[in-house]
Amino acid sequence: MSLSAADIARIANLARLELKPIESERMLSQINGFFDLVEKMRAVDTTGLEPLAHPMASVDDIALRLCEDRVTESDNREANQRNAPAVEKGLFLVPKVIE
Amino acid sequence: MNNTSTLHELTLAQLATQLRQRKVSALETAQHFLKRVQANASLGAFLDLNEEATLAQARAADAVLAAGNASAPLLGVPVAHKDIFVTRDFVSTAGSRMLAGYRSPFDATVVAKLASQGVVTLGKLNCDEFAMGSANENSAFGPVRNPWDITRVPGGSSGGSAAAVAARLVPGATGTDTGGSIRQPASFCGITGIKPSYGRASRYGMVAFASSLDQAGPLARTAEDCALLLSAMCGPDPERDSTSLDVPAEDFTVSLNASLAGLRIGVPAEFFGAGLASDVRAAVDGALKEYEKLGARLVPISLPRTELSIPVYYIIAPAEASSNLSRFDGVKFGHRAAHYSDLTDMYKKTRAEGFGDEVKRRIMIGTYVLSHGYYDAYYLQAQKIRRMIADDFQQAFKLCDLIAGPVAPSVAWKLGEKSADPVAAYLADIFTLPASLAGLPGMSLPVGFGAGQMPVGMQLIGNYLQESRLLNAAHRFQQATAWHLARPHGF
Repeated sequence: MSLSAADIARIANLARLELKPIESERMLSQINGFFDLVEKMRAVDTTGLEPLAHPMASVDDIALRLCEDRVTESDNREANQRNAPAVEKGLFLVPKVIE
Repeated sequence: MNNTSTLHELTLAQLATQLRQRKVSALETAQHFLKRVQANASLGAFLDLNEEATLAQARAADAVLAAGNASAPLLGVPVAHKDIFVTRDFVSTAGSRMLAGYRSPFDATVVAKLASQGVVTLGKLNCDEFAMGSANENSAFGPVRNPWDITRVPGGSSGGSAAAVAARLVPGATGTDTGGSIRQPASFCGITGIKPSYGRASRYGMVAFASSLDQAGPLARTAEDCALLLSAMCGPDPERDSTSLDVPAEDFTVSLNASLAGLRIGVPAEFFGAGLASDVRAAVDGALKEYEKLGARLVPISLPRTELSIPVYYIIAPAEASSNLSRFDGVKFGHRAAHYSDLTDMYKKTRAEGFGDEVKRRIMIGTYVLSHGYYDAYYLQAQKIRRMIADDFQQAFKLCDLIAGPVAPSVAWKLGEKSADPVAAYLADIFTLPASLAGLPGMSLPVGFGAGQMPVGMQLIGNYLQESRLLNAAHRFQQATAWHLARPHGF
């Protein structure tokens, strides 16, 4: 399998990454080199196997906990917004999205 | 009062004892180590210091020590944190331009747990950007140099942690291990490090890379020091981390001295193939012989999917990374591009400027394998083989109590040697990836020197929750050998 320059452009758009032409070129050859390595994996017969998400689920019944739906944090808006690039009146500012 | 000029020669356990006996104060200790950090800044190990905060913590520890109720074994001991843990008192960057100058409103659970034991935070340690790398050359804030040879890499991604401990800039450090990021730098820098079972230590406040693999652990000079630190770092965090195991905190020091008589050590054939450098092999073989002298029995085993663990890991980890890193959009925190035309353009330029090459590569791979039409062929297939790899270990553990082999195929390489070929660097992770994918505890301990007089580490892998056994095996080895006492010249 081999990716094309158009694939790279499509993936970069999905990933919201702007790539310079030289970066795209390099990315194309490196990612293709990487997928050569992955081919071996695709040939493995995994019929009937369950995917393993939590590693300890291989030996134990692991169910991920759900949190009770209750308020556990107090208002911390000011501290949480201290790192924001642009804030006004406690709101995060973004470029205009509705004309 | 003691001569403080040689405090850095003490192990963490020895230093803790001196503090408890009030032969030295936490303040003097902190000042001594801060001076060493500043004098060795050219190693690139530290990213942030906050002398005021550190000294305030040290004074608080001294007050507890003076009151005579010093029950916590780590009271007053300085420790530095990998910059993947968020901290209130120090900048938290994850080695990324994206988070340059970021101040967390809270402390990571591991940081808070250590602080609650009276540990004094010395500073933040350099690492590969978002913990992605095996050489610490992917940090946006410059590489870390290996104290054994400053023209070589310290390993990664916890390269700052390993270099700082090896150079005696701090007696112990935290690290994180996703595919080998504690074990491999520990090996390259001639120190001891352990990654516990997945879920032992809380991931809350660890900047997420690959959530189903990320795990925190300590790096220090001895297994005993690692046991002390790990005991303070682990324990359930049910409110904050949904994958944290409901397993009570354990004192990992209690069985350090247990006899190794009759211990069955599995030696996987796949870890000793043609890809293993002869110098590493010789050192690991020597260590296995030493274990036989200590009463252990070597058992040949097989981990047949060792090689497959490379593509499996490099599908799963980038997939999870591309999802985790989607939060960096220049809106709520972190870098935002200065110039853009609209919201989408702001995202794209922000991410282009904020992320380094390796991170972009992994985001691209991850986005691709999770995209429509490819999910089953790549991500799901990788997760299925991941189960096979975990099952292989369970087969092996029917024959042995723990598994031993090399940590990495070679000793630390030269700075820049592998940075042009990312796939070649991925291949060098082969021996640490299997235990990561299976979520098993693994550690590295120094067992000799190879080419260029660089340290060689041996990896020990245990079954789930068998950290005590690993630390016991490593400690007994260190009682019988002196590799862990070797010190890089000039430090």
